[in-house]
Amino acid sequence: MTAPGPVAAQAGDAQWAGPLLQIADLRVRFSQRGRQVHAVNGVSYSVWPGTTLAIVGESGSGKTVSSRAVMGLLPGTAAVTGSVRFQGQELLGLTDAQMRSRRGRDMAMVFQDPSRSLNPTMRVGIQVAEAVRAHLRLDRRAAHDRALELLHLVRLPMPRRRFVEYPHQLSGGMRQRVMIAIALACHPKLLIADEATTALDVTTQAQIMELLIELSEQLGMALVLISHDLGLAASYTDEVIVMYAGRIVEQAPTPELFSHVRMPYTKVLLDAIPRLERSSHSLFPVIGGQPPDMVSLPPGCPFAPRCPSAQERCVQENPPLAEHDPGHRWACWYPCPDGSPN
Amino acid sequence: MTAPPALLEARHVVQEFAVRDSGGVRGGVVQAVSDVSFEVRPGETLGIVGETGSGKTTLARSVLQAPRPKSGQVLFQGTDLVRLRRRKLLEIRRHLQMVFQDPFGSLDPMWRVSQIVEEPLIAYQIGSSAQRKQRVAEVLDLVGLDPGRYGARRPRELSGGQCQRVAIARAVALAPALIICDEAVSSLDTLIQAQVLNLFERLRGELGLSYLFIAHDLALVKQVSDRVAVMYLGKLCEVGPADSIYREPFHPYTRALIDSIPIPDPAAAPARPAERIRGEPPSPISPPSGCRFRTRCPRAAERCALDEPQLRALADDHLVACHFPLIPQEGRHAAAGADGATARRDLRADTRAGANDGGGRV
Repeated sequence: MTAPGPVAAQAGDAQWAGPLLQIADLRVRFSQRGRQVHAVNGVSYSVWPGTTLAIVGESGSGKTVSSRAVMGLLPGTAAVTGSVRFQGQELLGLTDAQMRSRRGRDMAMVFQDPSRSLNPTMRVGIQVAEAVRAHLRLDRRAAHDRALELLHLVRLPMPRRRFVEYPHQLSGGMRQRVMIAIALACHPKLLIADEATTALDVTTQAQIMELLIELSEQLGMALVLISHDLGLAASYTDEVIVMYAGRIVEQAPTPELFSHVRMPYTKVLLDAIPRLERSSHSLFPVIGGQPPDMVSLPPGCPFAPRCPSAQERCVQENPPLAEHDPGHRWACWYPCPDGSPN
Repeated sequence: MTAPPALLEARHVVQEFAVRDSGGVRGGVVQAVSDVSFEVRPGETLGIVGETGSGKTTLARSVLQAPRPKSGQVLFQGTDLVRLRRRKLLEIRRHLQMVFQDPFGSLDPMWRVSQIVEEPLIAYQIGSSAQRKQRVAEVLDLVGLDPGRYGARRPRELSGGQCQRVAIARAVALAPALIICDEAVSSLDTLIQAQVLNLFERLRGELGLSYLFIAHDLALVKQVSDRVAVMYLGKLCEVGPADSIYREPFHPYTRALIDSIPIPDPAAAPARPAERIRGEPPSPISPPSGCRFRTRCPRAAERCALDEPQLRALADDHLVACHFPLIPQEGRHAAAGADGATARRDLRADTRAGANDGGGRV
């Protein structure tokens, strides 16, 4: 038996024309020592087939928790509400076994630290083959061939030799390629890359990002890129979502977002990125303060205490996320004037 | 070069480590730092950029004599540290402090913030207990941590950015002349990173500090440094003023590093992927002959394998180790950027259209 090709794997879904992934009012709450941590607070977005979406935010903004909720990878202490539909089918409420069968086949995830995601005592080729056999009914020989094919696909140098090596013998970039090979084992329609290049060097990061973009185009796979790096989002994605305190605060097609920043938080983030054009010893125009305590969120806009343009209304009323320009949503009462240079 | 006398000068520093294969058999020698020379002038920030394994951390540790380099000289205010006896070295080390990458790992989790900051003062037997307490309060205040509020906390009760401020307070407590920052902001979020970088900048002005600023992010290094040294596989390949390195890089590796930086503006995205270097750095156990970058260099020729390029000045204060340096006209970043971005977006649109035609998929 040979491995089903990408076309065969997708044949059954050819008529599906809606969004691949549709998330509505997703909320995640953790109970911690009697306190309620509101990690994700009403997140809604869609991912269309074959597109690339970036979810950007600081640590604790809920970007990782919300995507793990989508993958059904949160611990039992998490209370997840709302709706997560994959090709129209609701995923929340599925049993672990049902979820397991969908993961890998429908969607897969690549994590930040490839050395911790791989088994240090197993040859990397075997780990890829194991992922193949977990989802496809293949014998050992066919799974082995398919694993080698996948290592070729992710352009691991000398795949035949690397197949029998252990993770510690590979560089960080190569290990991340192996992780991507495992994620691609059964042609997912959606790949979530959670800070997948954060631990890598800039030149390796560029190589891995280009690999991900090429693979997504070659396999018709949608890509969700979770990152704290707006620069990465600008270079490689079609659409950007900016998250703060568990909410989406701005969302727009990439060129639109970077040429017309409206949410003050996005602007602050952009200003804090080191840039080659800035002269030596120039200071960053930064704000003070810290993200709010997720146990007791303020009634108003969560960014108001740090916002340079906050006013009375911001402290009392939380601005809704609304589409103000075509395709451009933001949650702010007093947005930055349009066309402001960033 | 007509420059003021250097605060710190490294001359032909070499650091090597023997690695052993299974059974304790000598497997080879990692040539971590090979004949590196640089200087940090008073009040100056020298940035060192390079990828993982390029030897930047080993270089920093060699400067501090931890461990001592295999050969070469490290002159601090004219004294060669390599030849100093242990006690003399300890005396001088109080003027050389270090801030590390991992803010949690570099602080003792059981100690309170005030104890952590006081420790170097105790180690060098400075002042009475009361004077030390006052100094601790002073430096905590300096780094923007209220001593009354944070002094009694333990590292786990602080955020990453606050921990890094404590590490910086500890480093400045002894009023050093030079601080070595080894990836000191790499693990912080963008906003916190910008705050800590501003703090470094403020302390530079207020305390007259010099920095040896080591990081892998060229954009970041460029913004904080007066001069930048680019390191590849244990050697410096380019050293020069921060602005000219970015505007007119001479070395193909520097060019590649600049092109790999994601730019937060889709209209000025980095250059064509085809110009990017491929592959990964070779092993420092058996570095390539001649120029160490030649195995990945788009300009490599026969000569590069035979003849090792030496650092030479191509412009004022701007040195490069390359037989075929980029001529300035080719190095213009701004001009190449816009065309590259358009070309790349077109390319992506084409491949997507192609995939749809061919596969008939959604």
